[in-house]
Amino acid sequence: MSRLKTLVRNEAGTPPLRGGHALCQGCGIPMVVRTIVDTIDTPVVVVSATGCLEVATTRFPTTAWNVPWLHVAFENAAAVVSGVEVAYRALAKRGGLPQDGPITFLVLAGDGGTYDIGLQALSGALERGHHFLFVCYDNEAYMNTGVQRSGATPFGANTTTSPAGVAALGKAQQRKDMTAIAVAHHIPYVAQAASSHWQDLSEKVERAAHADGPAFLNVLTNCPVGWGHEPRHAIEILNAGVDSCYWPLYEVVDGRYRLTYTPETIVPVEEWLRPQKRFAHLFTGEGAAVLREIQRHVDDEWEALAARCES
Amino acid sequence: MATEARILTGGQAVAEAMRQIDPDVVPMYPITPQTPIIQGFATFVAQGRAHGELVDVESEHSAMSAAIGAALAGARTITATSSQGLALMAEVVYIAASMRAPVVMAVGNRALSGPINIHCDHSDSMLVRDSGAIQLFAENAQEAYDLMLIAPRLAEHPDVLLPVLICQDGFTITHSAEPVVLLEDDVAREFVGEYRIPNSLLDVRYPTTQGPFAMPDYYFELRHQQLAAMQAALPVFEQMASEFYALSGRRYHSVEPYALDGADHAIVCLGSTGGTVKDVVDELRAEGEAVGLLELRSFRPLPRHDVRTALDSIRTVSVLDRADSPGGAPPLFAELAAALHGTEVDLRSFVYGLGGRDLHPEQIRAVFTEDSGAYIGLRGAPCPA
Repeated sequence: MSRLKTLVRNEAGTPPLRGGHALCQGCGIPMVVRTIVDTIDTPVVVVSATGCLEVATTRFPTTAWNVPWLHVAFENAAAVVSGVEVAYRALAKRGGLPQDGPITFLVLAGDGGTYDIGLQALSGALERGHHFLFVCYDNEAYMNTGVQRSGATPFGANTTTSPAGVAALGKAQQRKDMTAIAVAHHIPYVAQAASSHWQDLSEKVERAAHADGPAFLNVLTNCPVGWGHEPRHAIEILNAGVDSCYWPLYEVVDGRYRLTYTPETIVPVEEWLRPQKRFAHLFTGEGAAVLREIQRHVDDEWEALAARCES
Repeated sequence: MATEARILTGGQAVAEAMRQIDPDVVPMYPITPQTPIIQGFATFVAQGRAHGELVDVESEHSAMSAAIGAALAGARTITATSSQGLALMAEVVYIAASMRAPVVMAVGNRALSGPINIHCDHSDSMLVRDSGAIQLFAENAQEAYDLMLIAPRLAEHPDVLLPVLICQDGFTITHSAEPVVLLEDDVAREFVGEYRIPNSLLDVRYPTTQGPFAMPDYYFELRHQQLAAMQAALPVFEQMASEFYALSGRRYHSVEPYALDGADHAIVCLGSTGGTVKDVVDELRAEGEAVGLLELRSFRPLPRHDVRTALDSIRTVSVLDRADSPGGAPPLFAELAAALHGTEVDLRSFVYGLGGRDLHPEQIRAVFTEDSGAYIGLRGAPCPA
C-alpha cells in the first residue's frame, strides 16, 4: 500500500525530478513522474522519448534529473531501454556493474511516442520480455509540437490537424485502445491509471515494478494548453473522465482483468467533455448527435471492460 | 603468433572476430548480405564459444537504438547491417555519433532501393557519410577480419568515442571464401582489451543526463566536438594499426598507396575493387605503363592531408565511385576534388558497379586510357553531361 509519507520522504533532499524545469503551469506530467519515481523502491534509470517531458527538463547545460536519464529519439525509447536492460544483465553476469543491486528501468513517453511512432519498438520490446516499466503519459495529442491529433486523440476532439469547422467536427476517428494492445502481448502487468488518482497510480507502479517481465502503464494526464482548461480545473476534469467511465482505472495481471476503481455514480460523459475547449464545438449546432455517439461508445466500451473484469 | 590460414567468407571472418572480441551485447536484425555475420555470431553463442547477450530486435532502427543504450550503459556492443537497414537506422547512427556511443557495426555494403537489389554498391555507406560515424573499408575477407578487431580499440579510445563502421562489399566479400589468417583467441582478446567509457548510465551514485536538448546557444559547439573526435581518429587508427601489425604482420594505413612511385595516372577507390585494380596495375606496370592506385582504408575520417600528399604530383587521377549523387558529384570524387583543390591534377570521375554490376579488369585498363570520366559498364548512351 503506497503511503503519502513514503512519497514525501523520497522527495526530500535531492528529489528525482527537481523543480525549475520548463513544463507548463498546470501540466500533469511532473505529478505523474514524481508519483512513479517516488514509489519505486530501487534506484531507477529513466529513458525518455522525445516530447514535452524531455524538452522541458533537460535544456543543455541544465537538467532537472537527479537520477540517470537517457534520451535518444522519439520512436525508439523501448528499443533504447532494451539495450540498457540487456547491458545491465550482461554486466551483472560478468561483474562489471558500477554498483551492486537491482535497478528499475523506466520509460517515460507521451502518447505520440507510444501509440504512434513508438509502437513498433514498444511491441518488439514487450515481445522480447525485457524487465522494464513503460509509462505512457497520455495527454491525447502531440502537445509538444502544438496540439496535433494522435492515435490517442478521442473522437470529436478539435486539434490543430483535426480542426473543427463548418465542414468538420474535429477528429473523425475513435482513439486506439493502446492498453488493450499492450494486453495482447501477454506481458505480466498492464494497467490504466489517471494523474488525478495518485494513490491508485502509485499502487499500480508498485505492482508493475515488481512484475517478472515487461509492464505497461497508460496514464491519462491533463494538458491545459491542448485540452483548453484552466490549470486549477485539471483534477475535476480528470475525475469526470474516470467517473464517466471514459477512462476506467483497471489492471490486467497475468491476463486477469480487475477494476481498481468503480465510480459510485457514473456521470454523463458530457461532464468530461464540457470543461475542455477542445470539445466546445460539440456543444453548439449539430454537436448533439456527436455527443450521443461519444456517450454510446463510452457505454459500449465500459460494458465490454466490465464483462472482462467479471469473467 | 598467427594461426594457419582458414578458408572463410568475409561474413564468417567477421563473425570469428566478434567471437574473439566477445562483446557484451549484440542487437541484431537480419538483412542480406550481412546475415551470415549475425548468424555466425549467434551460433558461437549457442555453442558456448561466445558469451554476449543477443537482442533480436524488430528492426534495424531498434538495433542501433538498443546498441546506443547498451554502449552508454557500459557494455561493449556490436551490430551489423546493410542497405535498407542502414537507411532505416540512419537517424540513430547520427545520434550514436553525437552521443559518443562507441558502437562497432559491420556493414555488408549493398545498393539502396529502388529498385530493390541485394548486391553491392556503396550507396548505403554514403547515405550516412555525414553522420559522424567512422567508416573503414576492407578490400577482402582478411582485411574485414583485421579491421573488425581494430574497430573496438578505435571506437572506444577516449579521444575518439565514436561509432565505427567496418564496411565490406556485399557478396563480393561477405559471401566469397578465401584464405584468412586469424589471430590466436587470447592474442586477439588481449589486443582488444576491456571496454571502458567515461560515464556509465548505470552508475546511479553519479547520475548523468544523457541526450539532452540543446538550443542555438550550445548546439554548434556540441556538434563541433564531433569534428575534433574525427580528427583524433586518424592518429589513433595509425597507432592501433601499428600495434596490430606487431601481432599480425599485417599493416594498415588510412590511405594505402600501391605502385604510386613515379605514376602519372592513379586510380582512387574503396573496397574490393582495390584488389582488382592492383592486378591490373601489376600487368600495366609490367608493360611499362606508369600507373598506380591509392586505396582509401578510411573514408570517414577522410585523410585529406595524406590523400593530397600522395596524389598532388600525379598528372591524372581517376576516381572510381560505387555510388552516385544524382544532380551532384559522386561522393568519393567530391572528396578528392576537395582534397586536391589548387593542385594541377587532372581529376576524372568514373561511376561503376551500381547494384552489383561487375567491374572487369579490361574496364579498369580502359580507365587508364580514357580521356574523360564515364559510367563504366552502363548500357546505352549516358545522360548528357
